[in-house]
Amino acid sequence: MSAHPANALPLLERLPVALRDACTSWLPESWRWLANSLLSIVAIFVVFATLFALLTLAERKILGRVQNRPGPNRAPLPFLGIRTYGLAQPLADGIKMLTKEDIVPRGADRVLHFLAPVALLAFSILTFAVIPYGRALLPVELDAAVLYFFAAGAATELAIFMAGWASRNKYSLLAAMRALAQLISYELPLLLSIVPVVLVAGSLSTSEIVEQQGTWLFGVFPQWHVFTPWGFAGFLIFFVAALAESNRSPFDLPEAESELIAGHLTEYSGFKYALFFMAEYFGMCALSGMGVTLFLGGWQAPIPALAFIPSYGWFAAKLLALLFVFMWIRATFPRLRIDQLTRLAWKFLVPLALVNLFTAAFWVLSSGWAGPLAFARWLVAGTLVLGPFLVLGRRLSAGLGPRTYRYA
Amino acid sequence: MSAAGELAGLSAAPGTTVRAVNDPFHGDLLEVSMGPHHPSTHGVFRMMVTLDGETVVKLKPVFGYLHRNHEKLGENTTYLGSMPYTDRLDYLNSMTNNWAYALAVEKLSGQPVPERAEYLRIILAELTRLLNHTCLAGFLLQDTGCSGTPLMYAFREREHILDLFEALSGSRMMCNYQRFGGCRVDPTPGWLAAAARLVDGYGRFLDEYEALITGNEILMARTQGVGVLQPDLAVNAGATGPMLRACGVDYDLRKVDGYGFYPRFEFRVPLGDHGDTYDRYMIRVLEMRESIRILQQALRDLPAGPIIDAKAKNRGLRPKAGEAYGRIEGPKGEIGFYLISDGGPNPYRYRVRPPSFINLTVLEDMCLGQTVADAVVILGSVDIVLGEVDR
Repeated sequence: MSAHPANALPLLERLPVALRDACTSWLPESWRWLANSLLSIVAIFVVFATLFALLTLAERKILGRVQNRPGPNRAPLPFLGIRTYGLAQPLADGIKMLTKEDIVPRGADRVLHFLAPVALLAFSILTFAVIPYGRALLPVELDAAVLYFFAAGAATELAIFMAGWASRNKYSLLAAMRALAQLISYELPLLLSIVPVVLVAGSLSTSEIVEQQGTWLFGVFPQWHVFTPWGFAGFLIFFVAALAESNRSPFDLPEAESELIAGHLTEYSGFKYALFFMAEYFGMCALSGMGVTLFLGGWQAPIPALAFIPSYGWFAAKLLALLFVFMWIRATFPRLRIDQLTRLAWKFLVPLALVNLFTAAFWVLSSGWAGPLAFARWLVAGTLVLGPFLVLGRRLSAGLGPRTYRYA
Repeated sequence: MSAAGELAGLSAAPGTTVRAVNDPFHGDLLEVSMGPHHPSTHGVFRMMVTLDGETVVKLKPVFGYLHRNHEKLGENTTYLGSMPYTDRLDYLNSMTNNWAYALAVEKLSGQPVPERAEYLRIILAELTRLLNHTCLAGFLLQDTGCSGTPLMYAFREREHILDLFEALSGSRMMCNYQRFGGCRVDPTPGWLAAAARLVDGYGRFLDEYEALITGNEILMARTQGVGVLQPDLAVNAGATGPMLRACGVDYDLRKVDGYGFYPRFEFRVPLGDHGDTYDRYMIRVLEMRESIRILQQALRDLPAGPIIDAKAKNRGLRPKAGEAYGRIEGPKGEIGFYLISDGGPNPYRYRVRPPSFINLTVLEDMCLGQTVADAVVILGSVDIVLGEVDR
């Protein structure tokens, strides 16, 4: 995590960096960067592995709440025997996963079958490197951070294909094919939805994009990208595409349990299965983190008066809010079909994202407009966003609708 | 259909051509055996599906995994002894199975049924219809990939109905409630009040459920125009119940036969115009609303009196030689029992007309050309219970 030049930051703000520096200060100068990087990696692993454990519990609890049932609440704390709302459930799950037999089908490609979960997890962890978690907390400062993020993220679908192909199971194979179709379809809107941000920010660096969102209109209204017409549309497209990219409901077609049993996970058990599970949550966290960074002001506080809360606190709050929406959507919607999934991408999201590019360009060009022209700027940009949405949306749902029924 | 296809054991369904499974020119087809252990085959049903990509080109239903020799058991058991076995046919709807069997035996032996018992039968049959359709709505949406939410909402209501059944008959699912010439136990005033409360609150649940999911655009995209069943095919195949009415064929035994006291009640029969999965779902929701009306009337007008005919004979019943077919409009369709008596204590022939088995025969016709994801949803909309399909 690169040290921030401002040493005048409040204590809480620089606490993580200060801790790291305290740990490595005894090393010779030339070794420190290596130790610092290793410590960052360890920190990411620990934080996100813990978050993963808590998220599995949170997801089951939230699903339970939505579905009028308590969710997991039985697992007692080890050695104490106290049941605390199922807080020990992730631990119990972990032990169960680790002690289960690891089965490899006889006809499977053993190497690929083993490699798939490892590759998936590796790729999804790589993406954590460029997300700015706080004012002073950016593991790797890259000029092309956004590009790097999506390049590493796209590789995860390849791992899912590997898993499906190597399992030598017909359900897995179908899932692998679905995963590829989904990857190709949704990579495009995902990338196109963030191009406007890059266009407006004029930079591919995540820290710079966050810095630019750190101003307030009239001193209270945050200037996050999501509060502009193009940013709002871009965020929604990004979010839908992120749902698809992380294989979450309603786009969880590769592992559609009612159709394909468990899709690419059908032939996985034990710890390999746990790794897939982990990678899915990591992917979800990474994409949410990127969404927060690009559209929701990253670690910036929503109003200046609340800036005393450390920046990583704000980042965590926004991240958890987005993750909650992921789970909420999962609890609510039915699943799309594969042809509907690709149609949604190609006939709806991609054209919308392309139009949104023009909207953003217009926004940049008209940045000097003031007075009544500023109102016109909002009007034109809003029309550019809403018009295509309504037209394309109507075409997408043509022929569908509520029906009236007759009685004999 | 090529010679190679015939060698591979593929026989085309009428009106369709299936190309060879191994075809170097067009790519291989994928044969998937969905079931008997598959999350959404509703028990131990199995579909041998031949897929071209994701499109179903052939679907062969395989069943019998739950075969228990039901009909032969019936021939070797006394008339009354078969009553608990009928619970196990369609184990969601034991009350209507009981009624259909009791009706057949009553026809065979010519036993009258007191008025209060007829009302109770209607109350329990309509409660069963609510229960079955609620379950179906939950399961069907589970098949479309809702992560359990509609299912849990549906099961919450189902529990309430099962509680009523348990309070009345002592068992939640295997009720064994009907007798020849009446019913087994008389409900207490408290039970009737509880039933009235449930019925009055059910409309609210349906509103909530429909607000949750019926207007959902994804659900419409997944079900509208999917698995269309033509009315003439449905009639020729002998499909009955909500599946037939979703095709627009007005055929409801409650109106056609007017068995029990149904002609005394005011209710409507909803009909669909498209015959697709969405219609099959909606017809059931609308039927539930009509069932609520029937239940409200029945609970209001329930007369006092005996629940079983004073001269009713259950034990040691030996009907005169002859035959009878008793049928009612079960939640899944026409459930009927055909009995031949040779004057002995056991039926000479005991035959069940299982609605979900006969409705299942058109599964392939509905699935051809649809995707494998649709096949699962279409199967869900047929509403099968393997206890009844396999018997």
